[in-house]
Amino acid sequence: MSSLVVESPGLLTTVQDLGRPGFGPIGVSPSGAADPVALRLGNLLVGNEAGAAALEMTLLGGRFVFPEGAAIALTGADFGATINAQPVEMWAAHRLLPGTKLTLGPTRNFARSYLAVAGGVQVAPFLGSASTHLLSGLGGYEGRALRKGDVLQIGSVDKKAPERKVSQTVLYLLKPRRVLRVTEGPQIEQFSEEDKQTFFHGTFRVSEASDRMGLRMEGHALVSNLSGEMITEGLPLGAIQVTASGQPIVLFVEQQTAGGYPKIANVIGVDLHRVGQLRPRVEIRFERTSLAVARSLWIEQERLLNSPGQIFI
Amino acid sequence: MRFCAASDQAMLVYLGEEIGLPAHERVLKLLRLLQKEPPDWVRNLHPAYTSLLVTFDAGRVGHAEVEATLRKLEQRVTATRRPKSRTVEIPVCYGGEFGPDLEEVARIHGRKTSEVIELHTSRTYHAYFLGFAPGFAYLGDVPREIATPRLETPRKKVPRGSVGIAGRQTAVYPFATPGGWRLIGRTPVAVFRRERKPMELISIGDQVKFRPITREEFRKLESA
Repeated sequence: MSSLVVESPGLLTTVQDLGRPGFGPIGVSPSGAADPVALRLGNLLVGNEAGAAALEMTLLGGRFVFPEGAAIALTGADFGATINAQPVEMWAAHRLLPGTKLTLGPTRNFARSYLAVAGGVQVAPFLGSASTHLLSGLGGYEGRALRKGDVLQIGSVDKKAPERKVSQTVLYLLKPRRVLRVTEGPQIEQFSEEDKQTFFHGTFRVSEASDRMGLRMEGHALVSNLSGEMITEGLPLGAIQVTASGQPIVLFVEQQTAGGYPKIANVIGVDLHRVGQLRPRVEIRFERTSLAVARSLWIEQERLLNSPGQIFI
Repeated sequence: MRFCAASDQAMLVYLGEEIGLPAHERVLKLLRLLQKEPPDWVRNLHPAYTSLLVTFDAGRVGHAEVEATLRKLEQRVTATRRPKSRTVEIPVCYGGEFGPDLEEVARIHGRKTSEVIELHTSRTYHAYFLGFAPGFAYLGDVPREIATPRLETPRKKVPRGSVGIAGRQTAVYPFATPGGWRLIGRTPVAVFRRERKPMELISIGDQVKFRPITREEFRKLESA
């Protein structure tokens, strides 16, 4: 076993994998990486299973030392990573010598960066997953964000990671978007025509008060349905509920599993990883699409992600 | 049975239009059938008062196939016997720092706090489903005499173990989370513990009774 020493954790760094779906009946949300596509590609780069545990950093990266060396890849947002003041190429596998220090800084583009290591980050699974669920303090490394001085076990380096990177074409196909495609939500008919116009054509700003539980939208209030009492029901990932004050909230990976606010729309599967890359204060729009289009895009994207021959150069 | 696409990867199945035991039984039976013989495309199941949200692998099936499968299962729902429910007793210390909204709830209904406690402990509640947070059970129905709407501004942090009322629902907060329910007491018992099997103290379909305890008992149970 090798280790990873946290010299500085960054703003919010947690252990994540692809989450723990299947525990809705006991109220446990799946959690998992906010940008699962970046996590999968990072893992594949270093020769892991796509769903191995890695570190998810938010807006500001940390400083990590690898006393025994490691094979790593950085994916997702560009946090200006360096080793000995030399930039580290993103979306590529690197072998680090024993004692190497990896330094990341503030983001240069999007919200979340992933550090994948060969052999994965080793933590005791909770309900079959290494993902941290911050709200309940379950999973991950002691159920919390990493702190200075934490030492995490990682896979050993003798497993040779292939020297490869993700192709530009693939990065283009998977690139973040500020226009999120959505399908209509179960309660869309409870909203007025005017509210629907505002929602599908207006520009919203991602609130500072956004996190892994949900992204709050500022700029327009949807007011036609404020008394919209409804019976609490299950919430899918990416559901856009409208609260009593008229604020739309995109429910995200650590979301509550049930709620009683009406839902106007739902982010489609292929754009969920893009939600994970939205920074506070960016302006976004919602574009209506059909279930059929959403499904064919999903099948296409999964086919791509499951074809290593097409992903790497 | 009414179907509604909740997302490109999720289907909502409504098994009733109002909160109550008839809808609950149908939800519970369909849930158990799906858990016993899960189709390989099921990713997650979220039961609620009158509905079941089924999330699925969109790479394998679409909404039409999901609906067809669930319709077939539904024919067996009526024939399925309701699973046996357990009775769970939860000790609660009411009022004071543990139940900061108890006096307000009493005031709203023009009652003494002791009457609110008596009414809250007077019945056996039904665990309709778990949701919101790990182990959070939606219990009902609270007697009309003490049914109280949520706080206008939710608390940023509700202490773990807090017992709250929202309308005719009551629940125990398993974790320190944000929350808008009126807090009338607190239990020293862990309602969700990862080292326990099952982790959740209250399961869907269980019968739940609250038992009033003193501060001394609270401390004793807390350190036990």
